[in-house]
Parts: sequence; C-alpha cells; structure tokens
Amino acid sequence: MFDDFIVRAFAAGIGLAFITGPLGCFIVWRRLSYFGDTIAHTALLGVVTAYALDFNIIIAVLVVSCLLALSLLFLQRRTNLPDDALLGLLAHSVLAIGLVLLGILSFIRIDLMGLLFGDILSVNVTDLLFVWIGGGIVLIVLILIWRPLFAGTVNLELAKAEGLNPDLANAIFTLLIASVIAISIKIVGILLITGLLIIPASASRNLSSTPIQMAIISSIIGVASVVLGILTSMIWNTPTGPTILTITLGVFILTLLPLKKLLISKKKIELFDKR
Amino acid sequence: MNNYLVELNNCGVLRNHKWLVRGVSLKVSQGEIVTLIGPNGSGKSTTAKMSLDILKPDEGTNIIKKGMRISYVPQKISIDWSLPLRAIDFVNLVKKHKTSEINDALSITGIKHLIYEDVRNLSGGEFQRLLMARAIAKEPHFLVLDEPVQGVDYPGEIALYKTIQEIVKKINCGILLISHNLHVVMSQTDYVICLNGHVCCSGAPNTVIKEPEYLKLFGKNIDPTLAFYQHDHDHEHLPDGSIDDSKKE
Repeated sequence: MFDDFIVRAFAAGIGLAFITGPLGCFIVWRRLSYFGDTIAHTALLGVVTAYALDFNIIIAVLVVSCLLALSLLFLQRRTNLPDDALLGLLAHSVLAIGLVLLGILSFIRIDLMGLLFGDILSVNVTDLLFVWIGGGIVLIVLILIWRPLFAGTVNLELAKAEGLNPDLANAIFTLLIASVIAISIKIVGILLITGLLIIPASASRNLSSTPIQMAIISSIIGVASVVLGILTSMIWNTPTGPTILTITLGVFILTLLPLKKLLISKKKIELFDKR
Repeated sequence: MNNYLVELNNCGVLRNHKWLVRGVSLKVSQGEIVTLIGPNGSGKSTTAKMSLDILKPDEGTNIIKKGMRISYVPQKISIDWSLPLRAIDFVNLVKKHKTSEINDALSITGIKHLIYEDVRNLSGGEFQRLLMARAIAKEPHFLVLDEPVQGVDYPGEIALYKTIQEIVKKINCGILLISHNLHVVMSQTDYVICLNGHVCCSGAPNTVIKEPEYLKLFGKNIDPTLAFYQHDHDHEHLPDGSIDDSKKE
C-alpha cells in the first residue's frame, strides 16, 4: 500500500497535521510563534551537521534545537534584551552558521530548496515511520503534560503555587516543538513549518469556544488542508508544501466570515421570541 | 511539633541588590485568617509568594506543611484573547471537578448563571468572583487571596468579605488575605500584619462596635463584616521607603 509515493505523501502529511494542530494551539496561546520560527531556522544547522557526521537528520535537528533552547535561556538571564530580539539574533545567526558550514563542507550535496520548502512526494517508508511513531509519542506526551502546561499558560504563578510543575512542562513542550519541526522538514520544509503550526490553530480560534475544541478543530483543519493541498498540487503541478500552506490560509479567511455570529444571533432571536 | 500550615521565619527577598521585603515572620493555622496590609510596593505580594513557595526566600526559612491543598487567587490575571476559555474551564484549570462541585462553588460566589460564559465577557467584579470560586472549588487547606476586592465597589466588597466568611465556616481553611486598605480589615481577621518593606506593626484588629470613636466618625455606614485596625508604629518612613531615623523614639 505504501509503495505509491502519493499514498506515502498523504500518510505523512496527515500524520504531521494531526500533531501540529494541538501543538500549534499552545504556540498561539503562549505567543511562541517566533520561537517556533527560530527553531525551524536552526534546523538547517542540524541537517548540515547530520550530513557531515553521517548521522540521523531528525536526531541531529533535535540536538541542535535543544542547544538553541538552552542558549535562549542563558541569554534571557544574562541580557536585558527583549525575547523577540534574542530570538531574531539566534535564528539568523544560526541559519548563517549553517549556510557557512554548508559552504565549507563542499562534499555535501543537499537539496537546499527541498530543505527550505519540503518535498513531500519524496517521503520514504522510514520517514513515514518517524512521522507516525514520533508524532504519536509527541501527542501522548502532550496529553500527559496538558494540565500543568495549560495551567502555566493561563497563569504561571498560580500553577506553581497550587502544586503543579509548569516549568518542567514548558521544558518538555520545547522538546516537543523541536521534535515536530525535526520530523516535518521533509514534508513542508523549515521555512513553512511554523505556518502549519500557527495557521490552522488561528483559523480554529475563530470557530471554538473551549481550549480542547480549539485543539481538535485545529487538527481537522490541518488534515483537510493537507489532503486538499496534495490534490491541488497534483492537478496544477504546483510545489506541494506551499500549496498546503496556501490552502490553510484559505481556510483561515473562510473562518473570518461571520458564520458563527450569524448562527448565534439567530439563536438569540429565537430565545427572545420564546420569551 | 507545631501545627502551622505555613510558617515564615525572618524571611527576606533580595532583588538587584535591594531588599523587596525583609525580616518577615508570620504563621497561619487552620481556621485562622491573617491579613497583610501595607502601601503599594511594601512587599505584600512578595510575602504571599514566599508563603506559597513560588519565591524562595534569600534569607530566613519558609516552612510549608506537606501534602496540603493550596488555592491561590493572584492579584492580577489577564487572559489572552487567543485562548478560548469559559468560566467552567477556568474552574477546572488545576484540578478537574464534578459539575455539581463547580455549580456549588459558583453559587457561593453568586455567578452560577455565568458557568458557560467566556471569561473575557465577565466584568471585573464577576472575574474576581470567578477567581474565588475556582479557589474554593478545590476545598483548600490553605487559601491565599491577593487583594480579592480590588476593582470592586463598596457593596461588592462587603459581599465578597461575607463570601470569605462563609468559606471559612464551610471548609475551615487557613487564609492569608492581602489588602491595600490600611485601616479597615475583615472583622473575622485573627491577626493583622502591617508591612512596609519590613513588619511595621502587627496585632488583632478592633471590632467596630467596641470603638465608639470610629462609630462617631463613620456613623452606621460601616458594615459589621469590617473592622478597624489600630496601627502602632514606633518609626516613620521617608518617601523612598527607608526609615526616618530622626523621628525614631
């Protein structure tokens, strides 16, 4: 069944969109979109290192992402610069280091475009295993740390005072983001992954009234966009990753239409009539 | 062995070479209300955070009884727009409760009808009541209320204090209450500590009825849920918070 590259593409995209849904919600709630972007940028360095040392790409990206998160913590304590400045500093300098290293190690042949924008049609069975098993683990861990992570998102001190451990949950959450970015490189690429995390979650925000609802709808929007995106890219022969992202944007715009408002006001009028 | 829920011994917090608060000692037992009063920036919230172990004291010790349920009503919570959150979700934030328990807690604070309302649609007073409802739904052993009546008008303040009295009666927890009102505290307060970077004075409050002077001053507008606190300072503070040595006796 997974012999067909189209089937593999669907399987990989759907698997990834499942997990980016709830994870993306936390990124939006915690205002971490720029942080996700930074980790994605540094993934290039991970990939180059992996090629140079003949090492597994996903694990190399994970290690580099963790080092990045640690450097951020260190810089936050040592400087008085705002977070977005620190993230910008790290994102672009590490991206630059990755490119410099790529130039020095001239024996490495990397499909740079594929790395930046993904190449979902070239996903192999090993990649699929990483997406589904890795994604499954990420989802399970996210469910396990949901309460302390969510309580800490609403109010860190309250969560701490009442006996939860939000700091540990935050650290694990950072690892989860890094893992998802690592497994997504081949599917949507490092420049577009933050979009797949944020846009479905943002679209879902316009439709939901509870946190769990938002996480689930976000997954559904992501999966639907992946399916539509792959189909569209086949029909029009467009690059698949960018097509998926364009579809998510389309969904986001649709959710801005006052559908929900219309429904609610209708309900209110009915209630009013009953009185 | 003592039986205090929380005990601070000569605690201080140092930030950027400045003591936010220093030399604070306090004890809260079960069923007891301790009120912290003091001007802005006097270290009330810092002291509360030490009693919750959110902040580790840089000096002195904070001893917190193991295994007790703690509820905290922080001074300020802002909910980001990106987060869809109803009152019921907020009550379930730290611990999931049965719907009946949530209904009970919301009834006590008088906002049962708002259970499925988005928290950003609540008024300031309603949100304070929601914070309180969440705190009592847990049936805590130790409850910390950081300025629970801020942004609430006078009748609302009396109503909230009455609610606190009901809570004490119902779940018999120890309460650490913070108030910026320097002279009026809850009449059921067992002990008042006046802070201004350090403990200025402390003692039990006077009940209104016992003090004809105050009655003359305020008439009968003062509700019996409130009591006056008579300060007994032996020093004065300069505008920067330091102690005025020239006037010290």
